[in-house]
Amino acid sequence: MPQVRQKLLVLYLQSPDLYSPVSAWSLYDGTGRSSPTTGDSDKPPYESVVAAMKDGWRVIQFPQQFPAYPGTEYTTSYLRFEYILEKLEEVHG
Amino acid sequence: MVDRKHLLNSKQMASFVSDGYLRFDELVPMELNEAALAEMQKNPPRARAGTPFREVWPPPSAIGNLFRLPEVQGITCSLVGPDPLYDHHAVHTVGPGHRMGQMWHADAIIDLRMHFDIQYYYFAHDTPREMGGTMILPGSHFRRISETDIARYQNFLGQIPIVCKAGTLVVVHHGIWHCAQPNLTDQRRYMFKLRLNPTVRQLRLWNTDDLRDAAVAAAFGRNHGWYGNEVRLEIVNRIKLWRFLTGDEAFDTGYWLGRLENLPERVLQPA
Repeated sequence: MPQVRQKLLVLYLQSPDLYSPVSAWSLYDGTGRSSPTTGDSDKPPYESVVAAMKDGWRVIQFPQQFPAYPGTEYTTSYLRFEYILEKLEEVHG
Repeated sequence: MVDRKHLLNSKQMASFVSDGYLRFDELVPMELNEAALAEMQKNPPRARAGTPFREVWPPPSAIGNLFRLPEVQGITCSLVGPDPLYDHHAVHTVGPGHRMGQMWHADAIIDLRMHFDIQYYYFAHDTPREMGGTMILPGSHFRRISETDIARYQNFLGQIPIVCKAGTLVVVHHGIWHCAQPNLTDQRRYMFKLRLNPTVRQLRLWNTDDLRDAAVAAAFGRNHGWYGNEVRLEIVNRIKLWRFLTGDEAFDTGYWLGRLENLPERVLQPA
């Protein structure tokens, strides 16, 4: 009886535009077929979020945008434009 | 006293400010590497945090001796002064056949200081890519994050695995993002980490003869590829740190801070 498992792809873009280039990326595989880890690729799996959507990934989270808190206008911290995408794949067993 | 010829120059310091690290390949002689590795395998004793570093690992300690090499003392003196404090050290190992990378992290909680500590990463044996080594993210050191709060990230444009020959030293700003990489070989991998704190104001501690070299200002414009438009904010961060290190409060490159500091107060008389 096939069951469905979730794969998550997290793409960090260079701007909020979903066509903009990918700066960083992560993959989390709920099917257990792969074990992605840090430093396992030098090139992003897709050029943009839209390119991933064309390959069947569904966007499930957009980053919100907030003005900087006073005093932190020039502070850099976490990557701001984080998009989370999913694919559902069948597993057997 | 450190011989001036062993101090870093301004171009190297500017690279440290922009990239968050400097790399010195095969700096430590092989004989010392072998002796240091043997000491690492026996877990060298820890000192109390805040101990003057000159008191830690006295001769004939090989690990102490490598940090007493004139070239290494020149690096240390240029960044944190001639008499720094020992903060802590760690013998990091990754066992053979370990296939998972360590999560990305920085060895700091959110740190508001302009003053900075340094961390040495010392590789006593050859470290090819299949053995790791430590992955670093150039230009990440100004980011205000806390420890493993960056662990969701796996890969970045511009990430650099430290693949090197024995005797290589990398010195990093305490804020740099890094992670140990998988070891697919059948040998245990070693990396020795040492953190040092400054005891003097970090002001022109290096050889400043080339302070006005065009390559210095050029280094502050580097784009490491992973931060998009925030490269502008990183350039501002670099200029601020360079002002701190040189004492030149008017320093600028490309009119970045000059524009922000343009707050005219002169009132024209009505015509």
